[in-house]
Amino acid sequence: MATNFKIENKTEGEVRILELEGYLDAHTAPQFESAIQEEAEAGNLRLVVDCARLSYISSAGLGVFMSFIEELREAGGDIKLAAITPKVYQVFEVLGFPALFDILATVPEAVAKFAEGPREG
Amino acid sequence: MPSFEKSFSLKVPSATGNLALIRDFVSGIGAQAGFDDKEAARLALAVDEACANVIEHAYQLEETHEVTVRVVVDQDEIRFEVIDTGRGFDPSQTQPLEVEELIRQRKSGGLGLRLIRTIMDDVQYRIVPGEKNELRMVKRLRKKD
Repeated sequence: MATNFKIENKTEGEVRILELEGYLDAHTAPQFESAIQEEAEAGNLRLVVDCARLSYISSAGLGVFMSFIEELREAGGDIKLAAITPKVYQVFEVLGFPALFDILATVPEAVAKFAEGPREG
Repeated sequence: MPSFEKSFSLKVPSATGNLALIRDFVSGIGAQAGFDDKEAARLALAVDEACANVIEHAYQLEETHEVTVRVVVDQDEIRFEVIDTGRGFDPSQTQPLEVEELIRQRKSGGLGLRLIRTIMDDVQYRIVPGEKNELRMVKRLRKKD
């Protein structure tokens, strides 16, 4: 049964990368929320979420992105998403996330995007 | 009257840890009913959202209650009924906000319902006071042009 969810963190320059793996639903979203909260509290405001191994996301997982994004942007940071599989991307798309978040094809592109400065709009 | 009808039922404790079980149940029936993998996964997402709403709102995250998912398949459609006995909440009474507005208000509610409405062809809510609440979602098997 598909229940597993894991997060691994690493640092690349001034950017923290959170690698998500497995199923992000109402059961596992609190784990993701804690991980972002910890990063924000540690002053890590530039986050890239690597979704390459994320198999599933429901609105509970999307809600985590939404609840932190304003706070991070106001403090000069951002959450950028990378390497989303087509199956997971369609959920982001239905809810209009591509207009509100930077979504890049690869993690290196997402990291490089921070060098362009604050997101417009 | 449909010429044939198959029904399936799953009753689980109201814990978010059971959402994976519910998704597997729904996608399995979806596949059997003729939906491809992608469509079956979308059906599972919609039912996951409905059940997560029940657990969070109707039961206030108490794990001692039950959530029932009933699925009926006939030649025209697949129908899902998510049944609870908690606090009734009619989602049609709420005005769904745009994601941008939710972010501005630092809220994330209402997204699940938006996904359900996008995925399903028909969504109805029924409260039987003192007895049960039922969210009925229908997906037609073949869309006619």
